[in-house]
Amino acid sequence: MSTTIPGSAKDVEIDDGTGEDRAAKAARSDRARAEARLGWMLAGPAFVVMLAVTLYPILQAVYDSLFNYKLTAPDERAFVGLSNYAVILTDAVWWRDLGVTMLITVITVAVELVLGFALALVMHRAIRRLRGLLRTAILVPYGIITVVSAFAWFYAFDITSGYVNNWFDWVPGISSDLNWFAQFGTSLFVIIASEVWKTTPFISLLLLAGLAQVPGDLEEAAKVDGATAWQRFTRVIVPNMKAAIMVAVLFRALDAFRIFDNVFIMTNGANNTEVLSLLAYRTSIGQLQIGMGSAISVLLFLCVVAICFVAIKLFKVDLAGARGEK
Amino acid sequence: MRRRTRPLAVLAVLGVAAPLAACATGEGGTPELTWYINPDAGGQATIAAACSDESGGAYRIVTELLPRDAASQREQLARRLAAKDSSIDLMSLDPVFIAEFAEAEFLAPVPDDVAEATTEDVVQGAIDGSTWKDELVAVPFWANTQLLWYRTSVAEAAGLDMSQPVSWEQIMEAASSQDKLLAVQGAKAESLTVWINALVEGGGGHVVENPEAPAEDIELGLESDAGREAAQIMGEIGTSGLGGPGLPSENESASLELFQGDDASFMVNWPFVWSSTQDAVESGALDQAVLDDIGWALYPQTVEGEDARPPYGGISLGVGAFGEHTELAYEAAECIVSPENQAAYFVTDGNPPASTEAYEDPEVQETFPMADLIRDSLEQAAPRPKTPFYNEVSTGLQQTWYPPSDVDPQTTPERSTDYITAVLRGERLL
Repeated sequence: MSTTIPGSAKDVEIDDGTGEDRAAKAARSDRARAEARLGWMLAGPAFVVMLAVTLYPILQAVYDSLFNYKLTAPDERAFVGLSNYAVILTDAVWWRDLGVTMLITVITVAVELVLGFALALVMHRAIRRLRGLLRTAILVPYGIITVVSAFAWFYAFDITSGYVNNWFDWVPGISSDLNWFAQFGTSLFVIIASEVWKTTPFISLLLLAGLAQVPGDLEEAAKVDGATAWQRFTRVIVPNMKAAIMVAVLFRALDAFRIFDNVFIMTNGANNTEVLSLLAYRTSIGQLQIGMGSAISVLLFLCVVAICFVAIKLFKVDLAGARGEK
Repeated sequence: MRRRTRPLAVLAVLGVAAPLAACATGEGGTPELTWYINPDAGGQATIAAACSDESGGAYRIVTELLPRDAASQREQLARRLAAKDSSIDLMSLDPVFIAEFAEAEFLAPVPDDVAEATTEDVVQGAIDGSTWKDELVAVPFWANTQLLWYRTSVAEAAGLDMSQPVSWEQIMEAASSQDKLLAVQGAKAESLTVWINALVEGGGGHVVENPEAPAEDIELGLESDAGREAAQIMGEIGTSGLGGPGLPSENESASLELFQGDDASFMVNWPFVWSSTQDAVESGALDQAVLDDIGWALYPQTVEGEDARPPYGGISLGVGAFGEHTELAYEAAECIVSPENQAAYFVTDGNPPASTEAYEDPEVQETFPMADLIRDSLEQAAPRPKTPFYNEVSTGLQQTWYPPSDVDPQTTPERSTDYITAVLRGERLL
């Protein structure tokens, strides 16, 4: 879509507002270089700090994972090569925990995506006067410290002090004798519900940013053409915010995969609800097995890297696109 | 450009260095001893202040609070001590990780005169709990044991004579005949190990046969009559529903709540339940009738006719090996554990003294009518395995003896032995 504006000394071609002549381009690229330099200068210190607090510990963990090393017996530290990894990968506990972690990740992200979308649409469409209030209200759970919300949910469902059994005893299966934290399914339900309640605001905020990028005239045009609300949603809104959706899913998936607080507080891994972060914690911090714990942490890290890789390469998540750089 | 970067660099350096510098504050004058205490009702802080005053300016004790449960206390202390933290002068240690700390040389050796003075007239359980490889490595402070608490009305209705020692079998029968629930700790936590250990010891066995052996040579004593008897009792309480639906998540405070309710019959628990129940009555949350209905007896026998071995707990004082004032710290420890302080601490915080002398205190006798029983129970109590690998053993037991309804005398002892042995050899994850 290009327009020619006649009548000037030289016709200027406007290409969606991004066209420019060569001289301007050359000048700007000089400026762009300076900007890039400034960018590095500004981000440099943070970058160095990031290297110090992330890269160094990761390398240290990789190194430690090759040793049989217990913190209370530092003199008995011995190089064991990859045998820590062999123990972990042949142990049913690791695979069980991996399965539980993936189950929690998939369910929470799926539920949160649907709920988050609904909330984002509500926030997007709300009349201006309500918008601020609504956003704040929706964000409240996200502002609560996870440990605190985990305790709140735990005590709500607890068989001795909880009120859920009392309030919902009309639901089949729920009675005052139901101990939510005594079986796998019910424990996991509370853990996931708490997680969803807590982090849906995060996903809805990301989606709200995506919604704001959908051009209003496209929607209007579709409306004029007689598209139903559902058609506008699936054909106009969703395709135009695919990047935002994928980024939201990726961020939440990475976050959910590292779930710790809720499980730690509510069951501490009882009834086979242990997740990988808890296993790493118990091994390194509980048993002070630095070698074995590091190996678990490294494997956990590799899982996270794999999720990123799959998302970015296979699903082509475009991190730049979500920021509106394209 | 260079000009612009300088403030940034300064900021970055400040950001990294400022928190580090904050650690290095120091002041002259009275040496400050830091005492890491477990949470209580404020009694340890009071003792710290009293001993500081008493020292006449020789030292000043400040307290630092540790996390609530023993496992987290151990984690925090072990991590700090592994990094040779010199700020730890005194610490309140749960007896179960004293062996581990002693073996790792985290504890400063106890001077002979202190050892002698602080073990005089002290219950044997507390001395054993503070000893590693025949040497006193910590100073006994207070000693804890579980009693059998019962509702007199239920015991009477069931026709159980509570003046004689009773067995698990008997209280299970009594509770089920009255259609009531037993309050025991079935949550997957340290309290489960406490229960298992008391059952096994009561049957004449030991969870660990050779607790001083290196990890790969440790032998478990679960595949024995005692181990099977323990599994039998726990499994029956789990499967029969005698523990109630809350059993798999029941810790000490949940047990107390159950015991204060309408379904209560018998409960095994620490003496804190007495002061808690009294407080509940005073605040109006509980009927006086409930308090009047409560009776107490020695921990139930695993095998009828054979002495029970009640659980042993408590706190000993350790002195950090890396502190700058170890001598002063032992001086302070001696002051802290004086029988007078122990008696006062019992009265204010409900934690029973390790010193037998403290039980003679009239105020103790008045506040705790069961004080003599507690002392007797302490003499009979059996500690949990004193091994540097206690954490592995305890967590291994919790993994394999949980939930109580899955405990089976035919399979559980064998399964847990195989599992814990493999963990200790580094062949399995815990």
